[in-house]
Amino acid sequence: MEQWLAHVAPWLSANDIFTPATLARYWTGLVNTVDLVFVSLIIGLMMAVPLAIVRSSRRWWLSGPVWVYTYIFRGTPLLIQLYLAYYGFAFVPGVQDSWLWFFIEDPVYPALFAFTLNTAAYTTEIFHGAIRATPRGELEAARAYGMSSARAYRRIVLPSAFRRALPAYGNEVIFMLHASAIASAVTIMDLTGAAYFVYARFYTPFPAFICVALIYMGLTFAILAVFRTLERRLLRHRQPAA
Amino acid sequence: MPDAPIPLVVDDLHKRFGDNEVLKGLSLTAHQGDVISLIGASGSGKSTFLRCMNLLEQPDAGDITVHGEAIAFRETKRGRTPADWKQVERIRARLSMVFQNFNLWAHLTLLQNVIEAPVHVLGVKKREARERGLALLERVGLASHAAHFPAQLSGGQQQRGAIARALAMEPEVMLFDEPTSALDPELVGDVLRVMRELAEEGRTMIVVTHEMDFARDVSSQVLYLHEGRVEEAGKPAEVLGSPSSARLRRFLAPRF
Repeated sequence: MEQWLAHVAPWLSANDIFTPATLARYWTGLVNTVDLVFVSLIIGLMMAVPLAIVRSSRRWWLSGPVWVYTYIFRGTPLLIQLYLAYYGFAFVPGVQDSWLWFFIEDPVYPALFAFTLNTAAYTTEIFHGAIRATPRGELEAARAYGMSSARAYRRIVLPSAFRRALPAYGNEVIFMLHASAIASAVTIMDLTGAAYFVYARFYTPFPAFICVALIYMGLTFAILAVFRTLERRLLRHRQPAA
Repeated sequence: MPDAPIPLVVDDLHKRFGDNEVLKGLSLTAHQGDVISLIGASGSGKSTFLRCMNLLEQPDAGDITVHGEAIAFRETKRGRTPADWKQVERIRARLSMVFQNFNLWAHLTLLQNVIEAPVHVLGVKKREARERGLALLERVGLASHAAHFPAQLSGGQQQRGAIARALAMEPEVMLFDEPTSALDPELVGDVLRVMRELAEEGRTMIVVTHEMDFARDVSSQVLYLHEGRVEEAGKPAEVLGSPSSARLRRFLAPRF
């Protein structure tokens, strides 16, 4: 960081807005955004896999509750979910005196909570769709070769469904990154929060927001590159033979 | 010396879909090395009969005995169901099925398809399974395609690959469900050639087919099914050579 700053120092001194202090703001924002998005995506993904399996069950009393959950979280704006988590939990009687208060007081945990449940809901539906799209014959072959339904799921249905879900899940990751901009609404200093601070400090909307837009774009391209690589690796079976 | 257990005995199988009774008491005995062809018009129940043998469809009544072991059933409110699914899985692993639409696992290479069930169902060591799998692919003429995925192969290649997958289980009986019906005419020959070789080396096979030449030349027994019943059965020369029922004569007559 120091070294890098030394490189751009001449340029930094030539303008009033992008001073080392401002860049440090953006850097903190970047760290917070990546942190928030990454953690909620990881936990959301871990929740979504079992939820999608349950959601694909033929027993309505298993699949029903998951369906209700995903439809509530996909049917309401993420910002409202965030407000409910941040402002709402604080009003639960007695919560201010309990150990939970530590988590509710800090906006990061309610934001993580809302983001995680939201991305888990979308990811569950993506995986559920992919599981349902498993060719019947492939499942039948698995059963005909003596696999139990659990093993057929583990060996055939899920590996094939994950591959099918990959492009749609890549989109979900990008959506989540962009949606995380609303974390600034509950005072989290994420990228957007940093940009707003710079705007307010210097009253220069274009430099402040274009700079942050470019950072978001860079992150998006990085995500795209990761998924491109994954798809090339895992979706080889859809490409013509070399 | 006591007789070796018979590979497959099916006795008085009944199956209904709703009000429609599709199997009305079908029986079959496959001795070691038998090749039994099931023929009949579509809707005659021949595929359902085959699919009941490994319980992809649940027969409502009747017994299935594989290598002396009878499949146990129990009655429930919604009809009869296997009493022990572990038993069903064990028995399925001894009856390899070859499907009309191949049903290879699309995300696995051909070789991975062949070794999947031996490794993960039978517990064969991976190295051993690979060696055997490559030998089997060699046998069906696909050694150079081991690393290809199903979508990169022609229908005939996929079906020969599916036969290699079936052979890898070292099955008691092989069940073929119209294995050439989804193939272009020029690809049918390759698949039938492989099947004929299997018959000649003494494999026990049940084949649902529309290939009358195959039924005539390769099988040891032909069953002609009509509306869920065996209308005629016997040696191919008798059944196909001098059919006694008018319906079978019409079925076998040149189409135009």
